[in-house]
Amino acid sequence: MKHIKTLTDKTLKNTMEKGGCGECQTSCQSACKTSCTVGNQTCEQNK
Amino acid sequence: MIHQFINNGYYIVLDVCSGSVHVVDQLVYDVIALYEQFDAEEIKQKLSQYPPAEIDEALAEIRELKEQGKLFTQDVYRDAIVDFKKRKTVVKALCLHIAHDCNLACKYCFAGEGEYHGDRSLMSYEVGKKALDFLIENSGSRVNLEVDFFGGEPLMNFRVVRELVAYGRSRERECNKKFRFTLTTNGVLLDDEVMEFANREMSNVVLSIDGRREVHDRMRPTRNGKGSYDLIIDKFKKMAESRHQTNYYVRGTFTHYNLDFSKDVLHLADEGFEQISMEPVVAQPSEPYAIREEDLPELLKEYDKLAKEMVERKKAGKGFQFFHFMIDLTGGPCLYKRLSGCGSGTEYLAVTPWGDLYPCHQFVGMEQFKLGNVDTGVTNTEVVDEFKLCNVYAKEKCKDCFARFYCSGGCAANSYNFHGNLLEAYDVGCELERKRVECALMLKAALYEEGE
Repeated sequence: MKHIKTLTDKTLKNTMEKGGCGECQTSCQSACKTSCTVGNQTCEQNK
Repeated sequence: MIHQFINNGYYIVLDVCSGSVHVVDQLVYDVIALYEQFDAEEIKQKLSQYPPAEIDEALAEIRELKEQGKLFTQDVYRDAIVDFKKRKTVVKALCLHIAHDCNLACKYCFAGEGEYHGDRSLMSYEVGKKALDFLIENSGSRVNLEVDFFGGEPLMNFRVVRELVAYGRSRERECNKKFRFTLTTNGVLLDDEVMEFANREMSNVVLSIDGRREVHDRMRPTRNGKGSYDLIIDKFKKMAESRHQTNYYVRGTFTHYNLDFSKDVLHLADEGFEQISMEPVVAQPSEPYAIREEDLPELLKEYDKLAKEMVERKKAGKGFQFFHFMIDLTGGPCLYKRLSGCGSGTEYLAVTPWGDLYPCHQFVGMEQFKLGNVDTGVTNTEVVDEFKLCNVYAKEKCKDCFARFYCSGGCAANSYNFHGNLLEAYDVGCELERKRVECALMLKAALYEEGE
């Protein structure tokens, strides 16, 4: 496209197909402990 | 729902419900703002500064993305998330309060200098062992189990940490589990023996340091009132290097006293740390160091400043990670994870030195949130049910927020501390989170341009 660059490939809807396995890290166990930051967590299935 | 913003010269359009991120030119940016309200002719009239043919081109690209489900998508996830949250959950992570005691006297400590509104106490091996057994028994078919050695200062009870790691490892094979241990420490007791152990056994290490010496020493004095920066800085550097600059964080807290916190992050980067986290203090407004609403404009500018500097450093080959700007646009969390929250009170529990269970470390000591103990298991199912219902659709403030897929509805403890219930949101925290998401997306846009 000339005017738009899209940085993402899959959409959130796509992630519903295989999602919800629950194997991923609990968000507070990483570094925060006083906030909630989920968007930066990694999907265990993509490791 | 669309969220569009300009940051560091980048025109960014986030299609909130699909999670698609688009970097656009000014023309498309202006067209998208009008797209849902006006037809093509009206848009051309309103944007007469652009040649009509160019507007037609922009409209064609927008339509194409809309057809692909990457622009102007609707939030259709509500039912799926409500059902998902109702499911039978397993416990997959424990925060072990291995020591309710501390060798520092940090002024902002939510644990009250490590004591958590209770007596100074160290967790015994027996209690810790029961906690690990409880986790194994309540984790269903989940393989990866997380255990964080937290405090107070966990190294004040290092012997028990070591014994519990050995016990956990001894049960991994028979139970088909894998423990991922984390150690959070203020560094005072960190020595070669601890480092060697941590590098062998800990998946992650969180090293507490607030940044510049004067900032750190003001809020993190020793018990006799002296600064602690010089006690820890060299040990933290050694630890970071010995872990090859991965699988650790130096983690700081900023307060009303250092609103220019980007300097603290950059100080840590200048000292050679590559994994950095810096969080706003969470405190009652009556505390002099608490972040206030009037601090927000300055704090938002600081995040912008930091993000811009990170782009420059990355281009110069001196990049580092800032925890709150990390965002995974390709292999990130699934929708269920994004909308169901941190798991406190259900998948994630905190254990006190004497074995009581709480929804998370921040609720420890609040009697009404006590869930049970390591002998009885979870008995207060009423509170667990309350946490189960916690999701972004249950929170009025989150419904129209563009950041809801990134913060997952925010921290339940913050909500409770500021509003007295779990389904609110800590407004100052929300403002900061929205800015962090914007900065994170800008960083992605800038690095995409660099070919990464």
